[in-house]
Amino acid sequence: MKNFEYTIKDELGIHARPAGMLVKEAKKYQSKITITKEGKSAEASKLMAVMSLGVKCGQTVQIAVEGPDEEEAAAGIQAFFEGNL
Amino acid sequence: MERLKGKSVYKGIALGKISVLKKDDYVVKRVKVEDPEAEIERVSQAKEKAREQLQKLYDKAVKEVGEASAAIFEVHQMMLDDDDYNESIENIIRTQEVNAEYAVATTGDNFSQMFASMDDDYMKARAADVKDISERLVRNLYGGDGGDMEFDQPVIIVADDLSPSETVQMDKEKILAFVTVHGSTNSHTAILARMMNIPALIGVDMDLEKLKSGMEAVVDGFSAEVIFDPDEEVRMEARKRIQEEEEKTKLLLELKGKENITKSGHKINIYANIGSVGDMGYVLENDAGGIGLFRSEFLYIGRNELPSEEEQFQVYKQVAQTMAGKKVIIRTLDIGADKQADYLGLGKEDNPALGYRAIRICLTQPEIFKTQLRALFRAAVYGNISIMYPMITSVEEVLEIKKIVKEVKEELEAEGTPYKDNVEEGIMIETPASVIISDDLAKEVDFFSIGTNDLTQYTLAIDRQNEKLDRFYNPHHKAILRMIQTVVDNAHKEGKWAGICGELGADTELTETFVKMGIDELSVAPSMILKLRKIVREMP
Repeated sequence: MKNFEYTIKDELGIHARPAGMLVKEAKKYQSKITITKEGKSAEASKLMAVMSLGVKCGQTVQIAVEGPDEEEAAAGIQAFFEGNL
Repeated sequence: MERLKGKSVYKGIALGKISVLKKDDYVVKRVKVEDPEAEIERVSQAKEKAREQLQKLYDKAVKEVGEASAAIFEVHQMMLDDDDYNESIENIIRTQEVNAEYAVATTGDNFSQMFASMDDDYMKARAADVKDISERLVRNLYGGDGGDMEFDQPVIIVADDLSPSETVQMDKEKILAFVTVHGSTNSHTAILARMMNIPALIGVDMDLEKLKSGMEAVVDGFSAEVIFDPDEEVRMEARKRIQEEEEKTKLLLELKGKENITKSGHKINIYANIGSVGDMGYVLENDAGGIGLFRSEFLYIGRNELPSEEEQFQVYKQVAQTMAGKKVIIRTLDIGADKQADYLGLGKEDNPALGYRAIRICLTQPEIFKTQLRALFRAAVYGNISIMYPMITSVEEVLEIKKIVKEVKEELEAEGTPYKDNVEEGIMIETPASVIISDDLAKEVDFFSIGTNDLTQYTLAIDRQNEKLDRFYNPHHKAILRMIQTVVDNAHKEGKWAGICGELGADTELTETFVKMGIDELSVAPSMILKLRKIVREMP
């Protein structure tokens, strides 16, 4: 399992559009990708669940990646966060 | 053949097929089914259809309003593919052995409830998106057309009433006329009809259930009549008159490129009122001297989130560049009252016209205002942009605006973002208070533009959306004309200019009066520009 943390810099937080892009990215990998905010978790491949976390600017999320391609997936998702959020 | 009377809001004549817009509130019933798997298959077909509909909407929106605004349809498509959402639908069908419509509606309610209960205003507004896709699926399941306003050929729109966000969605190239049961002569349908130069009737007592899309009709804006299912004689007559109207328009077009000047040499400016970049075609076609009112609120309504600075910047820049140095007066956000955007969470008011609207929102939520101002001052680099603030009632408000403008400029300066410092700034005169203190206001601003619709409603205490009051609404009331004179005189005393951008500016019976009053500018629907030019040029 690979873990990392990320603090959201986008002023709108994880709003609909980036959440949708994140889902697209997450679906590229076989690994299970979980996003946790304040004890609430959502699978990154599920749009409405990700949106329902209500992640705002300045909040920190923990990301856990587990599965056969976790190295690659963790790197890809981390790059996505840095580039878009 | 059926002949019905209404009230005409724009003269003209049209012949064509009708498209009946119904707000179909499907009542979803819970029905036990024998074969749940067949229901699941129906859902997947409805989804397939929804995906195509959303793709079409997306493509159309990208073309017309840009990628940022279109993104919402992309989000809708992704929501349709959400695993949890689909699992819930399938579970309900399988475990309860019920129909697909019921399962979709219930799932939609549950998910939209989840968003509605979040403590974040933005996410709260997403409840509407979930509802939207669920309703789309239900409509598809019932065999409807998805409810999108897409027509293959130009049609006559027949509806109960039309909201601003509905009219925004329509493809303006494909509309021949409007016929509505409700609405007033000052409603948005009316404004749109004037913009598009097409006939429109309101207050037509028709039974929408009996009318079928595809039926033929003649709309006569001169006699305020609509004739459904016309016979050959009526159709012939209509065709002849449409041709005559086209010839008259051709004569007016000969005035293109000429000045708005009276025989004795007095010149005025005649500009265009527009609501979106899509209206630019009408502006150029009718040879407007500039844009006297760009209603920026249309960037804010009919969508689910605030337009970003970049998106606004691109729109303002495009308009300024298209006008190539001609004046473009952009009015800052004038929302509230009859123009609502759900995501702003403005809430219901007992008295919206006297409520939280326009500059009052901007001064209370300066972050929204600042985003728009940043976009405006940046776009001003690319052309001759002026900024106009709506709903002013005091000098203090103007001073507060100036303070915010100063902050915005300082921020842009500090970032090194290019902007234009010296931008003409004026105000709308649309409250009686602003007329009375127009002498003081003239010292603080560069120009006045009189918004006669609101000024008339506030002065005469008449609600412009209430069709019952139309007969009491006298736009030529002496009180209004005297107010206009006061405003013009007070502007001139300070060496400033004054114009009219309300519907009254396009009233051809008053053009001569306005010119004599010394008005400097009339800003009107593009379709009226050449008509006014003709009157001015015939004046002594």
